Amino acid sequence: MSEEKPRYLLFLGCVIPYRLSSYEISARKVLAKLGVELVEMPEYNCCGFPMDPVNHDVMLTLAARNLCVAERENLNILTLCNGCFGTLCKVNKTLKEDKEERERINKYLAEFGMEFKGTIEVKHLVYVLSEDVGFEKIKDAVKKPLTSLRVAQHTGCHIVRPKKLIEKDDPENLRLLKELIELTGAKCLDYMDEAECCGNPIIGVNESIPFQMAKEKLEHIRAVGAQALITVCPFCHMMFDMNQPRIERAFNEKFGLPVLHYPQLLGLAMGFTPEELALNELRVKPFDLLNEIQSGRE
Amino acid sequence: MSETQEQVLNIIKAEEMDPKFKYEISKIHGAEKIMLCYQCGTCTADCPVSRFSNFYRPRKIARMIQLGLKDRILSDKDLWLCTTCYTCIDHCPQNVDIAHVVRVLRNLSVKHTNSMPLVFKELANNLMKTGFVYVIPESRHTRRAQIGLPPLPKTKPQEIAKLFEITGFAKLLENVETFGRVE
Ligand code: SF4
Ligand code: SF4
Repeated sequence: MSEEKPRYLLFLGCVIPYRLSSYEISARKVLAKLGVELVEMPEYNCCGFPMDPVNHDVMLTLAARNLCVAERENLNILTLCNGCFGTLCKVNKTLKEDKEERERINKYLAEFGMEFKGTIEVKHLVYVLSEDVGFEKIKDAVKKPLTSLRVAQHTGCHIVRPKKLIEKDDPENLRLLKELIELTGAKCLDYMDEAECCGNPIIGVNESIPFQMAKEKLEHIRAVGAQALITVCPFCHMMFDMNQPRIERAFNEKFGLPVLHYPQLLGLAMGFTPEELALNELRVKPFDLLNEIQSGRE
Repeated sequence: MSETQEQVLNIIKAEEMDPKFKYEISKIHGAEKIMLCYQCGTCTADCPVSRFSNFYRPRKIARMIQLGLKDRILSDKDLWLCTTCYTCIDHCPQNVDIAHVVRVLRNLSVKHTNSMPLVFKELANNLMKTGFVYVIPESRHTRRAQIGLPPLPKTKPQEIAKLFEITGFAKLLENVETFGRVE
């Protein structure tokens, strides 16, 4: 294994700085401890994904602009958001492989004195952890294994699908996040339809469908007795954590399922305190979970 | 109402059908393979939105394009219900990339009907003003400093405005009508 320290430009996107600092805080803590150096992006804009439905060219150019900034810095991008990853990764691939598209988009970019060259890579946190840091090193960093915990994962869509474009984990048999979870000592439970979407992307036009989608997932997770749900995307997290009380009210249900960002779970196992990992910022308070971890250790 | 009942009530008239539409669509990046759809229904069967919506059916969208029901499909607000989970792309035996076809239709629908869901206009306006799709309040910036997070990277909203202009999106945005919920 190379001794060179992995270095990445951190691409935060829009929703994390707007609403979910807990994800950023915990990811920074954990990555620093694991020896991943994060360089602040000197300038960026929205990844482009939110504009794709209304104008594909706007999405392509916004994404390409971010990629050009990274090329200028000569550093690969690390994203925490599934949507940012999917967009930047796919646009990077398209513009690298499709000469016609590249030339078309480069005409737009020329207006800002930029040119897409195709010299960098884009990775999501999950891939940086599994491919660059490696399971061995993460295992070594786990000082307080969470052996008493049983949790479930929600990988989400845009870091695995479309499979032929992303070419990473198998969407029909998700493994990576499960393996990362099990490194913390916690057991990761299988549940029904675990690869299914959270529903959040259409919440701006229709609430009823995403609420039903998320409620069904919460039911399946409850059915296997998971004590927490682990996510790696701010949008999925908002759907299951922030909206959980609203879903409970809409269906007259009670789930009370804490939803942790993966680096919060890993951070606990590495010995960070709940405060250091901003667990207090979660909407569904994880008190029982933390007690369980505490008593499991005694 | 079931899909069949609905179709009976909305009988297709021959003059509605534009035989060139499917060729127009298949020239657009992402929708090239629309003619390969043989209506197996896998996409609808595996679509999580179709499970909870009485109307949204990707298979039906593919058929409407093939039949050339241009005005009908481009005016159909249900187009906005796809969550882009891409399950249909992974499962389609003909590699139709139906979620990308839906994106192509949405883009065209904005021009055809001169309208889009309100949420996209709001996000676009924020983007032009700030570089982000949300307006990040001053208190967030202060709080970042307090808890020791580095300041957010600079954005260049003037360049976003320029980008909107050269792609023709700014002009569209100025006059576009909006609608709220799609039920
Ligand atoms: S899965 Fe593919 S071939 Fe089958 S109906 Fe859907 S788009 Fe057509
Ligand atoms: S991408 Fe859209 S159409 Fe395809 S399965 Fe997901 S929600 Fe349905």
